[in-house]
Amino acid sequence: MGKYVRITDTSLRDGSHAIRHQFTVDQITRAVKALDDAGVPVIEVTHGDGLAGSSVNYGFSGTDELELIEAACATAKRAKIAVLLLPGIGTIHDIKEAQKRGAKMCRIATHCTEADISAQHIAATKELGMEAVTFLMMSHMIEPPQLLEQAKLMESYGADVVYVVDSAGAQTMDMVKARVSALRQGLDPKTHVGFHAHNNLGLGVANAVVAVESGADNIDGSARGLGAGAGNAATEAIVAVFNKIGIETGIDLYGVADVAEDFIGTELGLTPIVNRSSLIIGYAGVYSSFLLHADRASQKFGVPTHKILEEVGRRKAVGGQEDLIIEVAQELSGKYESGIEEAADKDKIEVSLATAGSPT
Amino acid sequence: MPLNVAVIGSGNIGSDLMYKIFRAKELEMIALVGIDPKSDGLARARKHNVAAIDSGIEGLIARRDLMEKIDVVFDATSAKAHLHNAALLEKEGKFAIDLTPAAIGPYIIPPVNLTEHLEKDVKNVNMVTCGGQATIPIVYAISRVVRTPYAEIVATIASKSAGPGTRANIDEFTETTARGVEVVGGAEKGKAIIILNPAEPPLIMRDTVHAIVEKVDEAKITESIKKMVADVQEYVPGYKLKAEPVFDGNRVSVFLEVTGAAHYLPAYAGNLDIMTAAAVRVAREVAKRRGVAVPVGAGE
Repeated sequence: MGKYVRITDTSLRDGSHAIRHQFTVDQITRAVKALDDAGVPVIEVTHGDGLAGSSVNYGFSGTDELELIEAACATAKRAKIAVLLLPGIGTIHDIKEAQKRGAKMCRIATHCTEADISAQHIAATKELGMEAVTFLMMSHMIEPPQLLEQAKLMESYGADVVYVVDSAGAQTMDMVKARVSALRQGLDPKTHVGFHAHNNLGLGVANAVVAVESGADNIDGSARGLGAGAGNAATEAIVAVFNKIGIETGIDLYGVADVAEDFIGTELGLTPIVNRSSLIIGYAGVYSSFLLHADRASQKFGVPTHKILEEVGRRKAVGGQEDLIIEVAQELSGKYESGIEEAADKDKIEVSLATAGSPT
Repeated sequence: MPLNVAVIGSGNIGSDLMYKIFRAKELEMIALVGIDPKSDGLARARKHNVAAIDSGIEGLIARRDLMEKIDVVFDATSAKAHLHNAALLEKEGKFAIDLTPAAIGPYIIPPVNLTEHLEKDVKNVNMVTCGGQATIPIVYAISRVVRTPYAEIVATIASKSAGPGTRANIDEFTETTARGVEVVGGAEKGKAIIILNPAEPPLIMRDTVHAIVEKVDEAKITESIKKMVADVQEYVPGYKLKAEPVFDGNRVSVFLEVTGAAHYLPAYAGNLDIMTAAAVRVAREVAKRRGVAVPVGAGE
């Protein structure tokens, strides 16, 4: 038997972005049952932006996430039900409510440079008897030694697992290798290292493999890849590839492939793809959940989605700044309305003015 | 005779307060109180001939010569420290302006309810949070013209402007701000989100207010918001609308930017500036109520 890697399926949390946080109790119950039967050891169920993410800024939940978490916990026989929390959005109060409903793991996520805002949430998670997993989001934005410093902070607060999170799906395989290796070599051997991929550059599963080769023993997948942007690394593809290269997950490939095909593909009618907008998210290094918000702003303000995303990326937005999307779209729309095509790109305007004389 | 004030906390906020107090003619800066003798703030106080006390509030209280003079004490320490300080200040009969999230006293957002609590015999008032000072005026501007079942604020600040106190207790920010959005802002339900952004050069504080309103009257709501922005600009000149309010169904979104006055803190730290400016605004109102005469053309 090869090395064991624990898979967390996040189709019912990261995937919540893709259906605008409209999962129902019935859907969650059936999906959790199928994932649990397939042997998935950890299943994450929360609003896409974590506990208390239900808001104007991120989208209101169709069903209160605590009801979904309760249903998931009541259904799972073997799997741990995990919840996500972003300090600044959710609070310790929300962790306690999730724990009362049966959640056994809290995944606490901060921007990759802001680990010190997670100390009280990690401590509270441990006090509640839950496993504390931490996320360093948008980890492409800093170099491996700085990422390690932040990981060490999380470790010092009591994190059981520290994840390198490629929230923008912006990392190539070398980048994943450098970051995961830095954490594996620099953290206490007892602290686990994880990796969470987004497939915006089409590298989700490949990056998961590289992460394991670099020392990660916790990997996030999502059935059918359902997640923000072009989605995550598909759980069923991870399991298939890991089977082939001798990495043990304890998951039944066909069971999880059925969830992906029958529930997410056929019933929900969703299959995340690398399209122009999600590709630009990965290419420009933008938070993946901005995609559908930018789509909506694109419709309202008549500015192409990928132009909004590029500009948001230029302004170095971090996760959670969905409000910037409307503002940027409104600003760009003024330029589009003025009749100068592609006016979003200032350099291009200057060139066109210089070569074409006065603007019309 | 001006109103005599002291500041507890010699960090960034306390130091910025001191410089703002120097500029307010109704206020006389008597003492800056810290716990680190080597702090930059205390060194600056000494330079300006302000009593620099490095032994905390107990050190201040022991200085009876100063205590006799002091009318108002600003507390720029932490929520936990303020619980301790507040009890001592009450015993000493000092009016406390609390800039921590402790929130023992009622919230004050100057353009909304500056005089409401000062008219009663309240001895301790709270300045909510930086995000609250920046956004609650707008929530109120909306709720005063249309019923507002829900309002949510998103404060994005430069990582460099978030001190260790904010970082260690970020839940206090979200919870206190959300309460302020309801109690002072007038939304029936409030929510607050804070985002730290490490970009270099540091970004200027930006805030978004999303409100769900009962009935959309674009002209009336926009007019009320613009009037409020002008009111805030009276004490925070760098406060501005980034764009016209966006209306979407029953939703109003307002985008704000707060540039600091850079009296002591850098201009990007508008979040800290709006707190200290609001606190000084309260002290000036206290001075006015106690009959402090202001020379013509003086004050900020």
